Amino acid sequence: MVINNQRSRLSRIKWNHFANYIVIALSTTLFSILSFSGNLKISTIYLLEKISISILLALSLSLVVGFLGELSLGHAGFMCVGAYLGGKTAALLEPILGNGILTFIIAIAVGGAVAAVCGFVIGLPALRLKGDYLAIVTLAFGEIVKSIFQNTSADTFGGALGLKTPRYNREYLFIYAFIIVIVALAVIQNLMRSKHGRAITAIRDNEIAACATGINVTKYKLIVFLVSSLFAGIAGVLYSYSNFQVQSAKFGYNYSIEILVMVVLGGMGNINGSIIAATLITFLNLKLATVLTGDLAVLQNLLYSLLLILIVIYNNAPALSRVRGKYNLKSLIAKVKKPKVDPAIQNDDKAYWANIPTKIEMDEIISVDATPQDPYKADPPKKEK
Amino acid sequence: MDIITTLINGLSMGGVYAMIALGYTMVYGIAKMLNFAHGDIIMVGGYTILVFMNFSGMPLLAIAMAVICCVILGIVIEKVAYKPLRGASPLAVLITTIGVSYFLQSLAQIIFGSAPKMVNIVDLGLLQIGSLKIQMYTVLTLICTIIVMTILTLFVKYTQTGRAMIAVSEDRNAAQLMGINVNKIITITFAIGSALAALAGLFYLLKSPSISNTFGSSPGIKAFTAAVIGGIGSIPGAMLGGILLGLVENIVAKIPVLSPYVDAIEFSILIIILLVKPSGFLGKKRREKV
Repeated sequence: MVINNQRSRLSRIKWNHFANYIVIALSTTLFSILSFSGNLKISTIYLLEKISISILLALSLSLVVGFLGELSLGHAGFMCVGAYLGGKTAALLEPILGNGILTFIIAIAVGGAVAAVCGFVIGLPALRLKGDYLAIVTLAFGEIVKSIFQNTSADTFGGALGLKTPRYNREYLFIYAFIIVIVALAVIQNLMRSKHGRAITAIRDNEIAACATGINVTKYKLIVFLVSSLFAGIAGVLYSYSNFQVQSAKFGYNYSIEILVMVVLGGMGNINGSIIAATLITFLNLKLATVLTGDLAVLQNLLYSLLLILIVIYNNAPALSRVRGKYNLKSLIAKVKKPKVDPAIQNDDKAYWANIPTKIEMDEIISVDATPQDPYKADPPKKEK
Repeated sequence: MDIITTLINGLSMGGVYAMIALGYTMVYGIAKMLNFAHGDIIMVGGYTILVFMNFSGMPLLAIAMAVICCVILGIVIEKVAYKPLRGASPLAVLITTIGVSYFLQSLAQIIFGSAPKMVNIVDLGLLQIGSLKIQMYTVLTLICTIIVMTILTLFVKYTQTGRAMIAVSEDRNAAQLMGINVNKIITITFAIGSALAALAGLFYLLKSPSISNTFGSSPGIKAFTAAVIGGIGSIPGAMLGGILLGLVENIVAKIPVLSPYVDAIEFSILIIILLVKPSGFLGKKRREKV
């Protein structure tokens, strides 16, 4: 292993690890400048708020589905808890603290915390149940939450009519929302790159093996459920702020599936993919809603479901494994971008193994004339025919 | 007298749940997958009845066509969406079934619209024994469920195909080595499950004669709960779970304080049972081997 000391500190930062923060931060800055100069339509601001909520939801669900490998069908339930509790907190605090940033932060904290507690409680049975059963429990949780909020009295949570929440200044809300998205991204990305993240993916790949290597499966499953529901709850609070009202009918099974579609379309266990898919689907949803009216609006659902089926079959069917190896994004990128690193001077764990010559041909052996004093020079990488 | 009516209503409702739950549980037992699209096959059955009733006006023809359409649909879904994924991770299969369910719902909404449609199959009237008044369809549902379940139990126990089903659910590889065509058995399972779903759709329509594209999702999820409570993969378990759930639903609906929370109570029962006995009442405990 040779470490190249000449490389500057700056060039050693893995820029691709920060690319997503930078893109989100830059676009947020751009849109906020546009918003303050009055060039942004209300519909665009609304779209941005919805996109930020979807990104938060997709990120948090991808933690459970993509990284822990458990299916959660009640993600909208956590969001519902956050929306109601956060919205109610905001409505209660408005006469005391006014409708400012302080109220917003407290509402976010309360909504997120209560949702996280729910996540913890749902995580507890998750320790005893696996796979299909856990999916059922989360599904049941979502339905229970919906049913309870639907039947509350009008002065507590609004009941079937829904809870009214204070109106907030549109110009600021989406900026705060995107700041929260960046924080969530930082938390989830760093969690997944840490030792704990490796443990979580180990549990996904083989729970028994993970258990045998001494990973505390209980602890990590609870952590994942807690973090995931925390951000879902925060997304709920943002939703209540963005819509001025909360109705529990919105947070049904179908909404949970919509979030799941974002995660699966983005590629399970791929954070950037989930962000892109969430943005695209939210954008298309709102744009198509203006074009397709009435029953034709379902055309997009039809499209999503078809895409979902096709993508899952393409990515998972055992019969298609050879096709997959040939035509995927990674190999396409590899074809365009040739590896420029010298195989001799790099870390072992990063070696491009295909470039290291393993076969020694006969005439090479005959022409060996190097003495031990000569510095080692690796053969240039060979092109495969 | 009110109690007896409630109990009979509960039993009949439970019978319908049990019939749907059987579809879930047989597919789970044999193909080792949860079929979330099962509830939507009920919806397709309901719409088929609607179309053929408007066409011909003959209830029996409509019912027969519903069963046939659902069986074909079940087989097609199995071949197109689930068969390529045999051997893939359970999560992928689960997500595909959700995709199929979503697909069927949106397709139905595009074809038939989202507004509920009324289907009047046949007016059966009231049955009166002394001071006891029962809706006739309740009794019919109960009788039909009992007949269907008896036939199914006999089929699984005494025919060659039925015994092959048990063998596949016990150990797929060993069954294959004994000369059982596993793919064929799985297809037959889907066909039987879909036929039961079509019948359940009929009984549901007799009870509440309006149908929309989400017609199947509520009974689907509840029957699924029933299958899990009884122990998924077990045929008597599905029957037990379904009847239990039907009774609970009808009894809770009679208690004024609890009645708005019927759904919440049913799902809470599910969570509690899963916590106390994760494999359900009659389910087998599977030990994991490395």
